[in-house]
Parts: sequence; C-alpha cells; structure tokens
Amino acid sequence: MLNWLNRPKVASSGRREIPAGLWIKCPRCAGLIYRRELERAYRVCPKCGYHHRLSAAERLALVLDAGSFREFDGHLAPDDPLAFVDEKPYPRRVDEAQRRTSMPEAVLTGTGTIEGAAMIAAAMEFGFLGGSMGSVVGEKIARAAERAAETRTPLVVFSASGGARMQEGTLSLMQMAKTSVALARLADAGVAFLSVLCDPTTGGVAASFAFQGDVVLAEPGALIGFAGRRVIEQTIRQKLPDGFQTSEFVLEHGLIDAIVPRAELRATLGRLLRLCGAPVDSAWTDGGAAAGWVAEEVTAGEQPGV
Amino acid sequence: MSSQASDAPLPGAPAPDGPPAAAASTSAGDALERTLTEVEREIRELRKITNEQRMDLNSQIAILEVRAQELREAIARDPSPWQTVQLARHPERPKIGDYIGALARDFVELHGDRMHRDDPAIVAGLGWIDMPAGGAGTAAALIGHAKGRDTRENIARNFAMPNPEGYRKAVRVMKLAEKLRCPVVTLIDTPGAYPGKEAEERGQSEAIARALLEMARLRTPIVAVITGEGGSGGALAIGIGDAVLMLEHAVYSVISPEGCAAILWRDGTRSREAAAALRITAPDLAGFGIIDEIIPEPAGGAHANRGAAVNAVAGAVRRHLGLLLDRPIEALLEARYEKFRRIGRVREMEVPEAPAGHTASPVAPGS
Repeated sequence: MLNWLNRPKVASSGRREIPAGLWIKCPRCAGLIYRRELERAYRVCPKCGYHHRLSAAERLALVLDAGSFREFDGHLAPDDPLAFVDEKPYPRRVDEAQRRTSMPEAVLTGTGTIEGAAMIAAAMEFGFLGGSMGSVVGEKIARAAERAAETRTPLVVFSASGGARMQEGTLSLMQMAKTSVALARLADAGVAFLSVLCDPTTGGVAASFAFQGDVVLAEPGALIGFAGRRVIEQTIRQKLPDGFQTSEFVLEHGLIDAIVPRAELRATLGRLLRLCGAPVDSAWTDGGAAAGWVAEEVTAGEQPGV
Repeated sequence: MSSQASDAPLPGAPAPDGPPAAAASTSAGDALERTLTEVEREIRELRKITNEQRMDLNSQIAILEVRAQELREAIARDPSPWQTVQLARHPERPKIGDYIGALARDFVELHGDRMHRDDPAIVAGLGWIDMPAGGAGTAAALIGHAKGRDTRENIARNFAMPNPEGYRKAVRVMKLAEKLRCPVVTLIDTPGAYPGKEAEERGQSEAIARALLEMARLRTPIVAVITGEGGSGGALAIGIGDAVLMLEHAVYSVISPEGCAAILWRDGTRSREAAAALRITAPDLAGFGIIDEIIPEPAGGAHANRGAAVNAVAGAVRRHLGLLLDRPIEALLEARYEKFRRIGRVREMEVPEAPAGHTASPVAPGS
C-alpha cells in the first residue's frame, strides 16, 4: 500500500491492491516502469501515456486541495433486498469488496476544495464490484446533489462504473431515476454539475448522471459507452474498430466537452469551478495542493514488503 | 409531419405456438407448460390430418382447444417468473397501436427527432383522451415502444429497440406536451435500448440520460405503463411518471434473465433461475415501491383477450390522469421527486463507533 494513501484526511477508507514490486508493467505498452516514476506522473505511463485506473481515494488525493476532503454519508452500506444468490450470496460479494477496497460502497462523497474553490465531490471506486450502482451509490449521489443545491456549491462527480448492479435488480435500475430527479433539481437550482468520466463509464451510470453534467470531461483513453462491446458485436455481427467507445471517440462524436490529461485535471477543474461560481476561500494559497500527491509520497518513505 | 395513424385494427393472426418450454424443471407451472406444449402439438397434427386426408376431426380439435385454453389460463393465473417473462414477450400481446386506439381518438403521429432521423422503434404523437362520466377530456402526448405485429414489421421497427433518435423524439414530444399544458402517457414494451454501433456514435447514453432528466422536471402530469417487456434503461428512459402502472404479466428488469444468467452464471441457459432471482414481476415491484398499481389481465393473459386488456389499461390511465390533472403542478413535481427519491434499500451503519449494530431501513430522503 502506498504511503500517501495513509493520509488520514483523505478518505481513511482508501486502499488499493498493487503489486509489491518496485516495477510495474504497463498494460498497454507492456513497458516496465519504475513505480516511483509512475506515481510521480500521476500513474500515467511515461512511455505511452496510458492512464492507469485510480481508486476513489487516489482520485480525490490527486485533484483536491490536500486535506480538504470531508466525507459525508460514509455510514451507508448495501442491503440485500432481493436475497440474491448467484455463484455466491450478494452479501458475501459485498463483504469481499469491502475488505478489498476498505470502502463500504462503490462511491465516496464529501466536500472539498480545488485551489480554494468549494465543491461537493463524488468519486466512484471501480474496484468495488465494478463500480456498479446499487441503492447506496444512487442514494449517495442523490444526497450529494441535494447538498450541492442546498449550499449552492457545484457538484463534481468522477465516474468509474460498469453500470447498474444486477444483484439489486430493478431497484438498481431505479437508481438511474433517483439520481436523475436529484440532478434535475440541482439544475433547476442553477448550480453547476461537472461530470468527469474515468475508465470505464458505461451502462446505467453512463446513461444517467454521468452524461447529465453541464460540463462533461473525460480522461484520455477511457472506455465510455452504453452497451458492452461484445453485446454490440454479437448484435451487429461484425467486429468493432479499435478506438470504439473511447474518450477520443465520444469527443469526436460531440458527446463530451473535452478530454483532460490527468496532469491537467486539477487545474482544469479549478478553473471551471471558479467560472461556474463556486464559493472560493480567499485565504487559500498554493502550497499544499495536489503537490501532496508527490511530496508526501516522497517524504513518508516506504515500508518494504507491504 | 405525417398524419398516418399507427392504430390499425387488431390483427386476426393465427395463434402461434405457445410459450416455449425447453429446459426440464419440476415446478407445477412448468409441468402445466409441458402439458400445454403437448396438447398444442396434438392440435396441429389433427389439423394437418383434417386438411390432408379430408377427415372431419373438428370435434376432437375443439375438445383439445378447450383443454389448451384451460392450461393457458391455469399458467397465467399463477405463472412462474420465467413464464411471466414469456407472457410479457408473447407475440400476440397488444401493441402500442392497440393501446393508443383504446385510449385516444384523433391520434396524430409525430415523427422525427429534428436532428438525425425518425426512429420507428418509438411511436409518439398527440391524441384526444375522453374522460369517463362526462368529465372534460384532454389532449395528450402518447409515446411508446413499438413492437411489430409480425416479423416484417418487427424488423422495420427494430424489435422496439430504440436508437438515440427515438429517445430524442420522445423528449421532443414531451416538451411539446409541456408547452401545450397537456399530460403525457408513455407505454413501455422493449427488450432494451439498441446496442448498435451507430447508437453508440450518436450517444445512446446521453439520449437516455437526457430523457431521464427531462422527465424528472417535466411540468405536466406523466402516466407511465409497463405493458410488456420493461427492458432496463431502454424502458426506464420513458418510464419516469407521476403514476407508474404495470400490466399483471409484464416484467421490468435491470437486465434480461438471459443476459443475467450469461454474466453471473456464465450460462445463458439458466434464465429461469435468473428470472426468479431478479424479482421482476409486477407483485415484486409493487412490493419494492417501484410501481404504483397492477392492472389485471384477462384470463389467460393479455394476448388471450386483447380487447379486454387494452380497455383495462385505458381505464386505469384515464383514472390516474383524472387524479393527476386536478393537482397543482408544484405539488405534482414535489410528489414525483419524493416518489423516485425514496426508491432503494440501504443500511445505515451506526456512527461513529458501532462495530456490530446495523439497522436496515428504507431510504429516507435528504439526510
């Protein structure tokens, strides 16, 4: 586990599985990267530019002012409304996901700032059952939207999800409706909603709040789409071209506003938050910032074998 | 704009083969289903003999047909979840045109999304709805998925699987209803939004997301009816309503049982189990607070008596419209918000320090 993730102020629940080795193999270019070097580059491959997936906690640590995140609704955990059992019971899947990620559910929500500009933030955790949206994810996103409306603070959601969570059946489907009514109200309140599509954003999450942003950004090379690639190929009986359903594809088709490389994400969001009327703490000065991403990692040292 | 009406008269097509009964199973409903398949096979054989050998077996056929009908009604009285799926998908079930015909007069279909093309998988238009007992009638937008009456029409209508332009057309007509201060009625019957290459290029996700957002805030009453297959986001995209009604043997699901089985069991043939596990029948969904009312179907299912089925739907829609039209729009929007805001089931772990004690509770809005 990386030490910078131990910073208590960023979602004490964040934890991530990574190989213990010093070298990491890039899944795209297969190049070997020194782990420190990868971390310093915000986990973007220095050779090919591949954006490695980030956990929800890493995402917030990357983008928010150091120490600014205050989680809310962290006490909401999934129930088992259908008593659903496939190869294993749903509660066991949840339990395993909770152990693996140290998160109670697939999204972290709270308040935070970027360069002093206030936001309500939500970051999804793909490592928790594929970032799938069940009742809790829907509830937390809806509550985040309600808080954003009440406090007149822009909402920023980082999506990373395969879609709705099958194990909660039609209740999962209805979370698309639940988040939509909350976001419609936010829109009517005249408060901005910035949606950042991370790898991957598909299915019921793409087809609800992720594509309801006033501004929709994406990380380079993210998988973004409605239906799964295999389903489409079976339906149309042909192979899909390379680059289908990527960030670049949806930008070219006019479906998103911009692709923002990870190194520029914090600055871009900071600028947008100010332009969208976020309350700004005038006392904020640069210094802590996302520099914490690297600085703390370097100073904290490493525990071998963890 | 074309004034072509899609509410053609009910077709008198010959009855197709009964619901498929493939995998062996042990439940009572499944046993009835196997018997029905057998009886139907015998009827076909006797008909063949009658035709080919000029023997008069009509009295025997009539007896078997009564038997088959009894079996169908027995299955439809208490279908298993998988049998409900078969009933919901039954090719002889009423179609969008039948419902519009029963509900409205002077229907004018409105085509196209004004951006790309007309999507025949969704029918939208304006019609006049007469209210019962001399109540004032109202113009209304009627929007729904269009399954075909036969293979040819199904191909033309893409088996009621909309592309983005279908949802954009639906939203366009909803906004028109809002402008005209008349209600919206949606009729849901789709396997799902079309998973195609062009659908992705034109933003299937965005189209559905936009439809959800617009329905959430549409300043006019909406009644949504799930009449057959409520296939995931492709169904929900026209499914946010002040009243959400569902025919007795319709289903409403986050994924098809086949798709669920393929993913979770890696075995698409375990659809029966998936259908049960997903809890997709009308009584299940009423229990979860997802639907407001179950509309009973005639004996044997909607396909067995289409006229009665469409009249039942029309009656229920009129009744709900009557209630909704009386309400001030702000109260209506508040109630719509609360209705969808509440759906879901979460556990609230005790905070700050309670290692064990969890309480299960329905979601409370706000925090």
